[in-house]
Parts: sequence; structure tokens; C-alpha cells
Amino acid sequence: MSGYLRTDLRLHDPDAFYQVLVDAHRDLTEDQSHQFNARLILLLANHVGDRAVLAEAMAAARAGLAD
Amino acid sequence: MSDFAYPKFPFRPPPELSGKGGHAPVVVVGAGPSGLTAALDLGLRGVPVVVLDDDDTVGVGSRAICWSKRSLEIFDRLGIADSLVEKGVTWQFGRVFFREDEVYDFDLQPEGGQKMPAFINLQQYYVESALVAALQACDSVDMRFLSSVTRLQQTPDGVDLTVATPKGDYTLRADYVIAADGAHSFCRRTLDLPFEGKVFEDRFLIADVKMRADFPPERRFWFDPSFHRGGSALLHKQADDVWRIDLQLGWQADPEEERKPERVIPRLKAMLGDVPFELQWVSVYTFQCRRLERFRQQRVFFVGDSAHQMAPFGARGGNGGLHDADNLAWKLALAVQGHAGDALLDSYDTERLPATDADILHSTRSTDFITPQGAVSTQFRDAVLALAERHAFARELVNSGRLSTPFCYGDQGINSTDDPSDDFKGALSPGAPCPDAPITNPDGSRGWLLNHLGNDFTLLCFGAAPTSLPSGPVPVRPVVIRTDELGDPDGLIAARYDGYPGTAYLVRPDQHVAARFRYAHPTDIERALSKAIGNVTATPPAPAAQEA
Repeated sequence: MSGYLRTDLRLHDPDAFYQVLVDAHRDLTEDQSHQFNARLILLLANHVGDRAVLAEAMAAARAGLAD
Repeated sequence: MSDFAYPKFPFRPPPELSGKGGHAPVVVVGAGPSGLTAALDLGLRGVPVVVLDDDDTVGVGSRAICWSKRSLEIFDRLGIADSLVEKGVTWQFGRVFFREDEVYDFDLQPEGGQKMPAFINLQQYYVESALVAALQACDSVDMRFLSSVTRLQQTPDGVDLTVATPKGDYTLRADYVIAADGAHSFCRRTLDLPFEGKVFEDRFLIADVKMRADFPPERRFWFDPSFHRGGSALLHKQADDVWRIDLQLGWQADPEEERKPERVIPRLKAMLGDVPFELQWVSVYTFQCRRLERFRQQRVFFVGDSAHQMAPFGARGGNGGLHDADNLAWKLALAVQGHAGDALLDSYDTERLPATDADILHSTRSTDFITPQGAVSTQFRDAVLALAERHAFARELVNSGRLSTPFCYGDQGINSTDDPSDDFKGALSPGAPCPDAPITNPDGSRGWLLNHLGNDFTLLCFGAAPTSLPSGPVPVRPVVIRTDELGDPDGLIAARYDGYPGTAYLVRPDQHVAARFRYAHPTDIERALSKAIGNVTATPPAPAAQEA
């Protein structure tokens, strides 16, 4: 199963996005950062909505972490 | 002290102790809600039943308290719902709080026009008492208390039991046994049936508290409240101003210590504030989810906790057991009466195993949300709760228990698939329980549709009954929706059944839909009935090859 998740570059200004993401964690404790990430994942997952895309994204995220 | 006076059921020496009797078509082992319901359903059908229970009273403590609409409909079919609903606390709303804020609320019965409420809360001892009273008034049921089964042995044509009583042991031969002897089932252990599953590593304190409080009759659930930091809490109102409180304690909690009043009372005071209350019952419990691979073991049928256990969130254990009894009783009655065989009895498994799996799935998901295992699951759970205050999608992820809903058995097995050209619209489908709706009687009085369906096979007909109905040993009783028979005052029967003149539903004795037709030809009804009682051979088998 593949082809649902877009992995070509979609971000308009990748460096700017990366900076925004890292900056968003500034001043947060480690625990707050984990909470931020969890909320962000839920918000984005709902925005995507498509189970096939989400399943593929989870598989891509897990790749190489555990067999 | 409780307002409820625990009954003391006397031991009456059965005929077997003086060398008589010795045989029963059906023996029910265990007098909990599911065993008693099965016994009453069979007894009301005239099937002779012996009920054996090792105790002489009803269950101690409130235990199962939430009885669903579908369960109440079953009790109503058996004639005991009115008093239970009157005694119980009717509710349909739930509220969920995260820390100090309300994040989610739900309405379990947004659609009116049904006799039974979404839920009542009523202590299990009241439900068992009502069932026992009905059984004692039923001539074909023999209730035997202080009677423990100490041996159970299957033979090809029966089950041999040894029963221990205060006056000695006796043996009893049953054609069929209903094993309703609970989570620690002797029947299950003696048949050496595997019963493995998942243990949830958490402990809950459960308490019945008597107090005068003006909380509304709704289910309230807290995640991480200020009065019980780091845990969850649940509050339910029951009859007699008794409130049920569940507090999550964590896996490390010491169950013996936590049961002590000096530990319990400060926890409750933190939750309830400055109201006088009286502690009636306390327990600390853990739970597992597991089920038998098959609920039918030849002539022994497992119902309720002996067959399956699950997390308590969602009230699926107690209600599921009643739905087991509802599904099994009519099938077993037809088998005892010689009108059905193995195929119908096997359908108890094919229908109740998937229903149980659905209950286990929902209660497990709730548990994973309520008691997250590990730091990351806790982060996600808290993220859902935090987002739920402002974002609609996250409210739907909040899972404090998905409350028991009836299971649709589907159009496989003994139910018939719709003819696609019949083009039925709406939520109802073959295998689903029939929805209720108001009716008017010919004299103008109002009533409820479900009181006319079930117990027998019924044919719910819109406009007129077919010219002829099946005339075999299993009768079909027509119920006609027409102004001069049963009227449809609010149009809800037509709407809920997508009914037009000519439409007909074949309804099983347990009020589930067996088949439905736009134009019910007698041969179609005959075929659907035959299927519904387990005669799967709709076409005659091909002639066997001649032996050489």
C-alpha cells in the first residue's frame, strides 16, 4: 500500500517552516513540548482525515525504529 | 446499612433427595442477572427449568447498575420492566470533565417515541430480586438455593450433574445446561475450557454512598479532577438516594488498605464536599477482557460473565449477559420442544460471539483512553481533552465509556438477506432489534409497538396480513399496522420500518428482524421462517450417487 501520502516537497519555504516548528517549542518544558507535539499531531490528523494517508504516514514514521 | 433488606431464600429439599425426579430439560447454573433472565424466558415458554444457585440471597453490593434500553425491552417482554423503571433512576445525559472544565456531553436517546428510556440505574440486587419473584410465580421453574454443582459431565444425549446441598448430594440429568455461574465459573473450569485474555493493570475503588445530594441524574465522569489528582472519577445516581462512585487508584494501590473506611472516607469527602453521607459498600477491583472460544459446548451454553469478561466502562458486561440470555432462550426452547436442532443452537455462537467481540473492543478502547499505559498515551489522552474544549473533532475522541448499544446480528446465518429490489431505506436492517414506536389500539388507547412483537415469531404487516401464514409447528402471529387494528399515531412505525402497504417484517421471538419483504408472499415467509429456525437447506439436496 502506497501512493496516498504525498512525500514530494509541498512546503512553500521549507527552511521557514522548520524554524517555525522549532520556535514553537521555545520556552516549553520537555513535558509541555511533548504535549504540544501530541496536540499538533491530533489537529493535523483530523485535518488530513484520510485513514489511508494517516496509516501510510505512521508506517513512514515508524520505518527503521522497530522491526 | 442499606435500605434494601437482603432476602433469605429457604432451602427446600428437592424430590431427588427422596429418590424421585432426577431429570430436567434445562438446568440453569447460577442465579445472577443473565441466568435468571434465561430461566424466566424459558419458563414463560413453558419449558421446565431447574435453577441451581450456591447462595441463598441476591448479589451483595450494587455491582451492575446501568441497564440499557435494549435490556429494559427484554425485561418488558418478560413482564418485569415497569417496576424496575419505576424503582430505578432514568437517565440519558452524560457529562465529561477534564480537571475543572466540562469538555464533552452526550445524549444517549435523542429520539423519543420509545417506551423505554436510554438507561436506568438500579442496583443489581433489585434486578435479581425482581427476576426471582417472577420466577417463583412461574409454574415451570424450580428455584433451588444453597445448591452447588460439584460435578458436570457431558454425554452424547445429556449432561449429568452432581448437586451438593445442606441435606446431602444428589444427581440430576439435564438435556441442556445454561452455565451462568459467573466470572469464576465452575462449569467452565470443570470442562477445562481456555479462558485467556488481557489483564488491565489498574485498580478501581468502587463505593455505594447514601446521601441527599442535588446532582442531576446524569452520568458524570472526571479526568484528573482536583479532588482526585492523576486519576479518573465516575458518579452515578441509583435508587434509594444511593450513589455509585468509581475512583481510579492505579496499579500500585494496595487493595486491602484502600478498602478501609479510614482510607475511603477522606477520598469521598474530597469529591463530595461537605455533605453528610453513609458508606454502604466498598470494593476494590481490577478487570480483564477475555472470552471463551465458543459459548456453546455441546449441550452446555455459557451466558454472561462465565462466557466473557470485559472492562466495566460502557456497562457492557451486565447488559451483554442479558442479551446472551435473550438470544439463547427461544432457540433452546425450540430445541427442547423438538422443533429445532443443532443448526439453530449453533447460531447462538455465530450471533453472540461477534456481539461480545464488539463489546470487548469498545470497552477496551475506553479503558485505553481512561487508563493510558505509558507517558506517550497519557500525553495523547491529555491532548484530546485539552483540544476538546475548543474543537469539535476532539470531543468525539473523548472516550469515558461508549455505552452499551444493541448488536445487529446481520443478514447472515439464520436471518435473511434483503431482496435488493425491495429497496429498504433507513437504519434498520435484518438481524437488528426492532425499534419501538407508539401505537393506538382500536379503542383509541395508546400503547407501544414492542409490546406486540416477540415471544413468538410475529409478522409485522403494514396494511394487511398475507392471505396465508406458515402452518407448521412453529407458528407465526400476525401484527397488522392499520387504523382499525394497530394505528401508527405519529407515523413513527412507518418511518422507522420504512413501511408501506404490503411491507412485512418477520420478527424473531427475541424481537430481532429475521427477514423483511415489500410484498410478502406466503412462500417467502415460509422460507424465511424455515431459515430462522435453523433449516438451512432452502433447496433440496441433490440425489446421492447410487452405491455400487
